[in-house]
Amino acid sequence: MNLPPVLSIMIFMPLICALMVGMVNGEKGDELVVEKNIKHLSFFSSLFVLAFAIFMYYHFDPADASFQFVEKHSWFGDVGISYHLGVDGISIYFILLSAFLTPVCVLASWNSIKTCIKEYMIAFLVLESFMIGAFSALDSILFYVFFEGVLLPMFLIIGIWGGGRRIYASYKFFLYTLLGSVLMLLALLTLYIQSGTTDITVLMAQPVVPSLQKWLWLAFFASFAVKLPMWPVHTWLPDAHVEAPTAGSVILAGVLLKMGGYGFLRFSLPMLPDASLYFAPFIMTLSVMAIIYASLVALVQEDMKRLVAYSSVAHMGFVTLGLFSFTTQGIEGAVFQMLSHGLISAALFLCVGVLYDRLHTREIGRFGGLVKNMPNFAVVFMVFTLGAVGLPGTSGFIGEFLTLLGAYSTNTYAAVFAASGLVLGAAYMLLFYRRIVFGPQDNQDVANMEDINIYEKIIFVPLIIMVLYLGLFPNVVLDRVSPAAANIVEVYNSPATGEESKEQ
Amino acid sequence: MEMIAVFAPLAAFIVAGLFGKPLGDKGVQFITCASVILAAFASISLFFQININENMVDKSYTSVLGQWISSGDLSVQWALRIDSLSVVMMCVVNIISSCVHVYSIGYMKDDPAKGRFMAYLSLFTFTMLMLVTADNALQMFFGWEGVGLSSYLLIGFWNHKHSANTAAFKAFIMNRIGDFGLILGIIALFVTFGTLDFTQIFESAGKHAQDTYVFMGMEVHTLTLICLLLFMGAVGKSAQLGLHTWLPDAMEGPTPVSALIHAATMVTAGVFLIARFSPVFEYAPFALMIITVFGATTAFIAASIAMVQFDIKRVIAYSTMSQLGYMFFALGVSAYGAAMFHLMTHAFFNTLLFLGAGSVIHALSGEQDMRNMGGLHEKLPLTYAFMFVGCLALTGIWPFSGFYSKDIILGSVWSDHSWFGNYAYWLGVVTALMTAFYSWRLLFMTFYGSSRTRSEVMELVHDAPSTMKIPLLVLSTGAILAGGIFYGAFVGSHEVSPAKIEVAIEQQHVEDLNKEDIQKALIKAVEQAHETRDENQYINMWSRPYFWHDAIYVSPENDTVEAAHHAPFWVKQMPLLMGIIGIMLAYFLYIVRDDVPLILVSKTKPIYTLLKNNWFFDNVYNSVFVRSTLSLGWFFNRADKGTIDAAGPDGCAGFTCRFANNISNFQNGFVCRYALVMIVFLICLISWFVYKADPSFYKPKVMSEPFTTQETVQ
Repeated sequence: MNLPPVLSIMIFMPLICALMVGMVNGEKGDELVVEKNIKHLSFFSSLFVLAFAIFMYYHFDPADASFQFVEKHSWFGDVGISYHLGVDGISIYFILLSAFLTPVCVLASWNSIKTCIKEYMIAFLVLESFMIGAFSALDSILFYVFFEGVLLPMFLIIGIWGGGRRIYASYKFFLYTLLGSVLMLLALLTLYIQSGTTDITVLMAQPVVPSLQKWLWLAFFASFAVKLPMWPVHTWLPDAHVEAPTAGSVILAGVLLKMGGYGFLRFSLPMLPDASLYFAPFIMTLSVMAIIYASLVALVQEDMKRLVAYSSVAHMGFVTLGLFSFTTQGIEGAVFQMLSHGLISAALFLCVGVLYDRLHTREIGRFGGLVKNMPNFAVVFMVFTLGAVGLPGTSGFIGEFLTLLGAYSTNTYAAVFAASGLVLGAAYMLLFYRRIVFGPQDNQDVANMEDINIYEKIIFVPLIIMVLYLGLFPNVVLDRVSPAAANIVEVYNSPATGEESKEQ
Repeated sequence: MEMIAVFAPLAAFIVAGLFGKPLGDKGVQFITCASVILAAFASISLFFQININENMVDKSYTSVLGQWISSGDLSVQWALRIDSLSVVMMCVVNIISSCVHVYSIGYMKDDPAKGRFMAYLSLFTFTMLMLVTADNALQMFFGWEGVGLSSYLLIGFWNHKHSANTAAFKAFIMNRIGDFGLILGIIALFVTFGTLDFTQIFESAGKHAQDTYVFMGMEVHTLTLICLLLFMGAVGKSAQLGLHTWLPDAMEGPTPVSALIHAATMVTAGVFLIARFSPVFEYAPFALMIITVFGATTAFIAASIAMVQFDIKRVIAYSTMSQLGYMFFALGVSAYGAAMFHLMTHAFFNTLLFLGAGSVIHALSGEQDMRNMGGLHEKLPLTYAFMFVGCLALTGIWPFSGFYSKDIILGSVWSDHSWFGNYAYWLGVVTALMTAFYSWRLLFMTFYGSSRTRSEVMELVHDAPSTMKIPLLVLSTGAILAGGIFYGAFVGSHEVSPAKIEVAIEQQHVEDLNKEDIQKALIKAVEQAHETRDENQYINMWSRPYFWHDAIYVSPENDTVEAAHHAPFWVKQMPLLMGIIGIMLAYFLYIVRDDVPLILVSKTKPIYTLLKNNWFFDNVYNSVFVRSTLSLGWFFNRADKGTIDAAGPDGCAGFTCRFANNISNFQNGFVCRYALVMIVFLICLISWFVYKADPSFYKPKVMSEPFTTQETVQ
């Protein structure tokens, strides 16, 4: 079967479109037309990428455990670094997620971004390109380039179009993640020196000396833990979310956080099995801490975005819990949880954006009784709240259940404490929902708010469908993830690893 | 058939939810009521199909809808399991739900959002049906959480009221605490059995009877652990002691909701859960003991609180809780059939009471305090009659349905002859007395005596419209007849009349028989009769072993229901006697001498305060759990900024800034400062070189040194 180089197209098309957006210009007085053209151009180009992503999904062979759509070209010929792309059952979903959320973001910014719209759209298109690149790279240096490249447009998006403390937040975000990533670069170089290759597929097959594994593992951990973020290096996230524009939060929560989890799946788990086993109890502890701590903090937040940000930390706690259970259910659940969180938290940030656009405040106390004048919004918000609560039938449940199941079979302590997140999660989300949507209407401004318009409906309807569909038929995802997850679990079931005894 | 019974309400919900506006309120009401009534008829026909068929093989079947989750060795299906346990529940749910749907048309007549209300009711019905027809533990959890959600939506239906929102929130969270245990239980089931499929779990439960498992550092009996975790879910959903505080508050919802969700169906899900898992619970005697103790204590405490309530709905709410306690202690002594029997009769009479109370509230324009009622039996004769029937059934007076079910439950716990069985029996007997007292107190305060209602409300009093009367009529028929009709099927004795034995003997061609063999022969005969499609055997289809077949498993030595039939006369008649005493007591206190209650209250101040404050559960929970959780949240919130950020990024950034500032301060342009720095460094530098050249230069001159040198010289 001769397929076009889909991955390269998906990486470079947004870049070319960004260039085209940059060239859109007009006479004085044509600003409105220019703006319109920019918006349409970026929207349709992102839709085009989505179409390619769906095309790729359609041609993806679910039974094949190896990488597909592989492209390999020499890059730095002498040192063996190559431009190597490919997807497996795990990364394809993250690419789909990125391609799906970008048009959503463009739509969400349609009316809310007033200044420098051209640069804004360019930043998003570049961001999309880098995200897809990071998830499809099969060369560790190429991965690193994309992984770091993502920071730049995001840094600009927060720093230019953000809220009041945007400078603080953007620097915190940038430096925090950069610090971790530098350590990862060291680890990647060490791997290169050790094994003489930067090819991820080769690295995955070659065992690393156990004595070195721990140091490498810690270096990777520094990068991915910050990105994910895990407790206690999560503090950049609430600030970044609070200051970022709505679309920025959507991409940040929807895709960027997943790079941490994806990194664990690509590097730490398959390449460093002994160290992963060794550090598993440590990660489990941090995950449980993240779940309980972040939930409790979310419970007392007064700022809507901060609340959703902390809920992200708690949900990502389930991801690490699942990953480091080294069971099929745990890893598949972690991937599913990342996807589902990508949809749900993105949608929650969009909901918050809807409110922010109308009242220009993020303070929960200002709202109340919205169900009266915004009944459609109340329904939409309810669906995503329930998704975040993890109600069976929404995608949120599948991820939580599978990761808990995985964790329980390796470490009952972790599972029991993490399960308390079910109660706390319900508490902060429903309290949040109740304070915004229910109750008496005291505030006249709130009573005058208009219900969601057609643009917002176009954004929300596909998200609702996805959340419910994945909740009711999760197998569309799990079937494709399972061969890739099996590859990882296999490493842990083989007698070579696991010399250092598993905890319980 | 099962598709109609389960999915008709879902279809109604989707249609009502999506096309509510174009259909209008009338359209929505019609569609929801029609589909639920259709579902009710479908489930009744399913009941007969399951229980009166000629073939034992068809006693249970599963219809698979599709695959839900498959991950590794976990495989979960969407499937409907149809057996006698689920059809009983389906009938109860659909019949009660139909009654409530129709009733709501009248009750919610003046509410602006009645379309939404009907849609929620249908959603609830669907999720409840998913719960009872689940074929695996996870699908059951789907329904379990689904009913929690619909309950949340319906309790908070009047969402402009602060109290309604709080009650809804509380209900969801308390239920979630139970679900915390339930989901762990489900996970433990999977880890133990390698599957979540009911059939496979129940088949292999016996093999795991001796297993132990390390759970949180303790070695525990596997099945006991699983059962206790499952029971935790049941405690939450069925408002048993500890997680019960949401139920009285849930009365904030409209009365039809209280009747449907918080009396008849959702709260009984816990009972259903344990009955469903009877093959597992049978191997966990310790868990059963815990259930008995919890159930009995709940029954007692709830009834004691009900005696001092003035809100008409709260009295019935506590009565529900108390009756659920009965069901639980019946489960605890393996009398699953008896618990299901009480579940069914209770569904009828308690819904009747709730809807009757709803009629009263409706007639009095929203008044719920019984102190403002009285003398209503002339104004509301029909409602009065229905409530009278309901109270008789709840009290357990022959031949109303409550008599049969309460009798068999108390007989069963007595026949268990264990300490907890006796504990449950005696608490149950006392509770029966209190039940009679509070239910008749309710009736007397509401319908007898002089009217205490404000006159302007009194003018508007009218008896219920026909949409409200017909459901009451259906329910009261159930409350009167259900006990007598289904007694044999649900909890009948294995022993049968001589005539039937003759038939059995003929069938089996067995000649010399002792008593046990006759019973065995009979069961066999019944089975054979169905195989040979013998029409004359019809009556045997209503015998207990045939009725439950393998839907409920009771190990032979635990068959307390059978033993209950041989309990002494006084054991069986005790609840009836207590009921009559209770009624007389209520009559004396509220009709003959209505000044006595006040004196009693002042004489027993501490007890009264305890009961009036619901045994202080809410106060303790608020001050211990809620407050500590919130303050922990605040603490962590501050810690996030104060500790993690201060030590981490902000700290590093601040340190770098300060350090850089200090360094740059050197270059401040003052020549004398530069000179000073130069001199200091020069001194240091010179010292360093001197040290390098001759380290001994800095060494203190030790006195012994010269001597040693001298010695070496010498």
